[in-house]
Amino acid sequence: MAAPTSASKAGTEISGPWDDLKAIAGAERLRASGVGDCIAGVQPQMVLEPSSEAEVAAALRCANAHGLAVLPRGGGTKTGWGNPPMRADLILSTARLNRVIEHAWADLTVSVEAGCTIQNLQNALAQQGQRIAVDPLWPERATVGGILSTNDSGSLRIRYGALRDLIIGVTIALPDGALASSGGKVVKNVAGYDLPKLATGALGTLGVITRANFRLHPLPRNIHSFTFTTRDLADANRVMLSVQDSGLTPTGLQARFGAGTVPAVDVRFEGTDVGLSVQAVALRKLAAPAIETATSDSMWQAREELWSSTELAAIVKFSVLPASIAETCGRICLLANSLDVRWHAVVQGTGLGWLRLEASSASAIHQMLHTLRRELEQVGGSLAVLHRPPAMPTIDAWGSAGDAFPLMLSVKQQFDPRGTLNPGRFVGGI
Amino acid sequence: MHARILQEFRTISGDRGLITSQEELKTYECDGLTNFRVVPQAVLLPRSTEEVQAILRVCHRERIPFVARGSGTGLSGGALPVKDGVVISLARMNRILEVDLPNARVVVEPGVINLEVTGRVASHGFFYAPDPSSQSICSIGGNVAENSGGAHCLKYGFTTTHVLGLEVVLPDGSLAHLGGKTLDTPGYDLPGVFVGSEGTLGIATKVTLRIVKRPECIQTLLAAFGSTSDAGAAVSGIIAAGILPAAIEMMDNLAIQAAEAAVHANYPDCGGLLLVELDGPTAEVEALMLQVDEICRECGAGEIRVAQTEAERAVVWKGRKAAFAAVGRISPNYIVQDGVIPRTALPRIMSEIERLGAEAGIRVANVFHAGDGNLHPLVLYDRRIEGQEHAAEILANRILELCIEAGGSITGEHGVGEEKKMMMSKMYAEPDLETMQRVRCAFDPENLSNPTKVFPRPRLCGETPGEYRPHPLEVAGIAERF
Repeated sequence: MAAPTSASKAGTEISGPWDDLKAIAGAERLRASGVGDCIAGVQPQMVLEPSSEAEVAAALRCANAHGLAVLPRGGGTKTGWGNPPMRADLILSTARLNRVIEHAWADLTVSVEAGCTIQNLQNALAQQGQRIAVDPLWPERATVGGILSTNDSGSLRIRYGALRDLIIGVTIALPDGALASSGGKVVKNVAGYDLPKLATGALGTLGVITRANFRLHPLPRNIHSFTFTTRDLADANRVMLSVQDSGLTPTGLQARFGAGTVPAVDVRFEGTDVGLSVQAVALRKLAAPAIETATSDSMWQAREELWSSTELAAIVKFSVLPASIAETCGRICLLANSLDVRWHAVVQGTGLGWLRLEASSASAIHQMLHTLRRELEQVGGSLAVLHRPPAMPTIDAWGSAGDAFPLMLSVKQQFDPRGTLNPGRFVGGI
Repeated sequence: MHARILQEFRTISGDRGLITSQEELKTYECDGLTNFRVVPQAVLLPRSTEEVQAILRVCHRERIPFVARGSGTGLSGGALPVKDGVVISLARMNRILEVDLPNARVVVEPGVINLEVTGRVASHGFFYAPDPSSQSICSIGGNVAENSGGAHCLKYGFTTTHVLGLEVVLPDGSLAHLGGKTLDTPGYDLPGVFVGSEGTLGIATKVTLRIVKRPECIQTLLAAFGSTSDAGAAVSGIIAAGILPAAIEMMDNLAIQAAEAAVHANYPDCGGLLLVELDGPTAEVEALMLQVDEICRECGAGEIRVAQTEAERAVVWKGRKAAFAAVGRISPNYIVQDGVIPRTALPRIMSEIERLGAEAGIRVANVFHAGDGNLHPLVLYDRRIEGQEHAAEILANRILELCIEAGGSITGEHGVGEEKKMMMSKMYAEPDLETMQRVRCAFDPENLSNPTKVFPRPRLCGETPGEYRPHPLEVAGIAERF
């Protein structure tokens, strides 16, 4: 990647770009950044809030031409994910692009601007008895563009798939100012490359998502959740696998593990009353000898709880095969005990887990993450660091992309040859 | 092709892995879309990833374009050979390499037949969900290239939903592993762009698939309506009721007649036939099927049957799956189209198709995946009648334009291939296509992998993306921009 000299080094040089950006989006849309605009410990100079897709594209072209490093931002809930930016000049906020453009409820699709919060989107869809079948972190603040860029998925994924399976169209602004759409407003469409998937999980390093189209699902008629406590990790894994190996159709299946707590498995069904009661009977039979216990209101927000008081904690996402969950968590437990680290994990039946590690010694966490990542990568898994305690030594957020990395670099070069977008934040320093 | 290069190819894939005789090459001159034909210079049949790599290294060194081919059942000319190029058939790479039931994963070579995957895991209660009508002969590699769908993708998703990892030989012969057996591997979702790229980004040599647990209960309802609009109203009613069937299929009277003539599916003679399949836990299916039945009656359904056993379901589906071929019974020639519209536009588009057909004096039989708005109009004509083939082509294209105007797509599952590449500029604006081409340039800067497909014109990867400037050939009037 070409590394243009940072425009932020000399204040006199940069009056040009700021004036140009004001001309594009209006002077009132550009402001100096504050402490709250810090991204992974790096302070950008300015924040721009364009009011339209065309303004986003024009602002991006302008920043690119001036060699400014641009950090796209939605609700700002996950800006700490990824490596610290190598350069940081301008936060490009999608906050003002917050409209639900078209809810074609009879077609079960929606077109929405990137800055719309998930909660606002869900509220609009619910008026017609529909939803986008995702349950990301902090929906009241997280935006469509933000959850797409970070590929955040929760418990609904086991039934409805990830965002990649729900997005059917996307518009992105590119550093050269192009505003490109692909996919469309219909669920089934194989015309051209599937760029909605490429943009999903790209951490805003290829373009800035300005709008997205999704397929929708009906709101569930009834919901019934269950919690079972199991005697150990292996039994919890057994319950999860037997649910998946049965004719049952859970819309949530997760385990909650941690030092000093009894392993618990949560299961959720949605459907007709009669369907739910039959599934409940079958589930209890499958789960035995695990003990059914009271459910809690917050169990499906268990991921969010991992982020409570993060000063001494690291939070990571790991991915393993569904049948390896107990083995992985057993290994986590052993490592944590040997390094005096407290741990707590929420693991979905898909094999995706979120792990919180807390210790007075940041280097113990660091050591544990290194070891765990190495071991997971050896068996085809992965580990991404989402949050690190300020005192912890640097660690790459992503791990290895293997022999696909040269291809990823090449894709990045094609979309953002000057390295304008989120420089250094993604895999392998992309 | 130079004898030295052919000898090199022979050394790589053996005597039986190289076809050069004109007679045998003719077998490969087209795929399922037979009105485009090009005889390739040679056909190679590698047996391993290493052989594919070695072949592509030679192609790269000599700048020989190549086209990968699975079973050749594609319907958009995606596997049409390119002149001066070679075809690489993956038919000999047909092993199922790994079956991992606890994790619901199967790893296959690209030449494995779609239905064989289900065949291998069915006794354990699993199936492979994408089910294109050609599933008994089409290959997984071809499915990956086309992002194949099928009747059940309304609920289960497409090939891309079920491909977790790919081993890919890139056009320069290097190897890359995209995705993997686990979810959310670090980096860009490259399996997401590779699946459905129609052979333009390289050749998949191993595919990691997700398999699905067979539902406890499957029921298929067959309902006869007076017209396709009434049937369409029932589809909207089902969706509005918050029911997500595994499949909703519709056939019009002409398609029913064809299916009856071909396979005697015992369909009622009616204006619009609906098949609605529900699956899931038995109690859930039974409760929802009652509602579907009620909605269909409210929308004017006459005869309604529910197939509950495997045998009964097979009969109901037989007519639908045979529909394309069955049309051969009522017309000497036909064009299959593959447009998509928002479901709600169905009645309007249907009457428009009828009007256009009447105007052109051409019959159109209609088979749809009604749940997701994927239309398969079968434009019937007789090549022996002068001018009719041309009129049929015009009508088929006009139908796609209607789909675009309605906010839909020119292809739901057959791909763009050779057939619809000129329509791409009608569906997408220039910056959209330019952006897709950037992906192409990242994977295949020399433009060797199925180079003439999908896009209306190849982009030279040295070009700076940006404002359009006419090519000197255009200025000189030698080449045309579409």
